[in-house]
Amino acid sequence: MSDIAGFDIARIIELLPEVGVALGQTFVMLLVAIPIAILIGTPLGVWLYSASPTGLKPRPKLHRVVDSLVNVIRSFPFLILLIAIIPVTRFVVGTTVGTAAVIVPLTINAIPYFARFVEQNITQLGAGVVEAARSMGATRGQIVRDVLLVEARPALLGSITIMTVSFISYSAMAGLVGGGGIGDFAIRYGYYRYETAVMLFAIVLMIVLVQAVQIGGTRWARRLDKRH
Amino acid sequence: MISIRNVSTRFAGKGGEEGFTAVDDVSLEIPAGSVQGIIGFSGAGKSTLLRNINLLERPTSGHVLVDGVDLTGLGDEELRRERHQIGMIFQHFNLLNNRTAVENVELSLKFAGVKKAARRRRAHEALEIVDLAEKAKSYPAKLSGGQKQRVAIARALVTKPKVLLCDEPTSAVDPRTTASVLQYLADINQQLGITTVVVTHELNVVKSIADNVAVMDAGRAVERFAVDDLNSGRFHPQTEIGRYLLDDDLHITRTPLAERSRHTAAKGAAETKEHAGV
Repeated sequence: MSDIAGFDIARIIELLPEVGVALGQTFVMLLVAIPIAILIGTPLGVWLYSASPTGLKPRPKLHRVVDSLVNVIRSFPFLILLIAIIPVTRFVVGTTVGTAAVIVPLTINAIPYFARFVEQNITQLGAGVVEAARSMGATRGQIVRDVLLVEARPALLGSITIMTVSFISYSAMAGLVGGGGIGDFAIRYGYYRYETAVMLFAIVLMIVLVQAVQIGGTRWARRLDKRH
Repeated sequence: MISIRNVSTRFAGKGGEEGFTAVDDVSLEIPAGSVQGIIGFSGAGKSTLLRNINLLERPTSGHVLVDGVDLTGLGDEELRRERHQIGMIFQHFNLLNNRTAVENVELSLKFAGVKKAARRRRAHEALEIVDLAEKAKSYPAKLSGGQKQRVAIARALVTKPKVLLCDEPTSAVDPRTTASVLQYLADINQQLGITTVVVTHELNVVKSIADNVAVMDAGRAVERFAVDDLNSGRFHPQTEIGRYLLDDDLHITRTPLAERSRHTAAKGAAETKEHAGV
C-alpha cells in the first residue's frame, strides 16, 4: 500500500533526504541574506528618512540620487537580477553557481526592499516624538537610536516577517543557477518531471514554513508593541 | 530671564504658493520665575513663537536670549547643551509608546549626558513630584491623558531646567484633568522657581496660572497685560481680538426655548398643511 489516492508515498520517502538538503539550503539562503539585508538596509532606510527634504538632516540632491537608485534595484524582476549581477556574484563569492551564488542576488534584492520598510515605518511615527527629543537636546544619532528605531521596532519586526516570507518564494528561483532550496526542489521534481505528489509535498512544506514564519513574527511583534 | 527681541519667523511657500509670516516682529521680556501666558486663536503664531524660544523653529530674524545666552547665535552643539536647560511639554504629550513612564523620563537624562547609574533614581524622583511613582513601570497606553501629561512634565523637569515651555498643555485633556495639570504646573513654578511659558487658546488657563499675558494675532503680540490688572478691572483690551479673547461670552445668536418652540410649532403646522396639499 504505497499508493494512497494516487500519491506515491514510497517515492516521497525515497526523496526525503533530498528534501532535507533542500530545506537546509533554503534556511542557509534566508539566514544569510535576511540578516545582511537588515544590517545594511536599516542604516540605508534611516538615511533615506533623514536626508529627505523633511528629515533630520535634509540633503535633497543626494537623496534624489539614492532614492532613484533604490527604485532601480527594486524594479528588476528577481530572475533578471539574478543573471544581471553574475559578475558581482563571481567577485563576491568566487562562483556563479550553487547556494552561495544565490545568496548574493537575494541579498542585493533584499537590502533596498528592507530599506524602504525602515523608511516607511519611521516616517509613520509622526513628528511629535522627534520634536520632543530635539527639545531635550538629543543628537541626531540619539534621535535615531533611542527614539525612532525603538518606536518603530514592532513595525520593523512585522516588515522582517513580510520580507522573510517573500524571500522564501524568491529563493525558489535559485534553481536557475543551481542554488537548490525547497522551492527549486518542487520545480525540479514536481514540475519538470511531472511528479505531482512530490511537488505537492514540497509545496505543503513551504506553506508550513511560511505559516510558521508569519505566525511567529506576528506574535513577537505584538509582544513588543506597547501601544495598546 | 527670557528675552525675545524683534523675532520674526517666515515660512517659505512651496512651489508657486506665497510664503507666510507666522511670527511678525515680536519682542517680549519674561522675568525669571514668572509664568507667561501666550493666548491666541489657531494660526496666530503662538506655537511658533514658543518654538522660537528653544529654537525648535529657528527665527528668520531677531534674537532669543535665555538667561543671558543668545541662543540664535549658537552652533548645533552648544544649542543642544542649552536645551537641557529648557524643558518642554506638548499638547499630545509626545511620549514614547514603547517605553515605560520611568524610561521616558530617563531618556531626557540620557540625552543630557547623565550617567546611567544616576538616571533611574532621578527619574523616580521626578515621577514622585507629579505623584506618579506607582505608575513608573506603566506604558503610556495604560495611562490616562492627565497622567501622560504628568509623565511629560516629569520628563521635562528631570534635568532641572530653568525654563519650562508648555504648548497647549491642557488642550487634549478634559476640564477636571486640566485643573490638575495646571495645579502641577503652578506648584512646580512656585516650588522650583522655573520660568514658565504657556501657550493656549483657553482664557481660563492663562487666568488661572499666568502672571503676564500676551495676546497674539496674525503673528504679532497685540495686547500685553498682567493677570492681576485684568482681574481687578484695571486692564481693558484695546483690540477687537483682545476683547473677543478676554470675553467669556461666545456671543451666539439664539432664540430662547419658549419662543423657539412656538416658531417650530408654527413652522411644523405650515409644513403639514403643505404636505396635505392645502
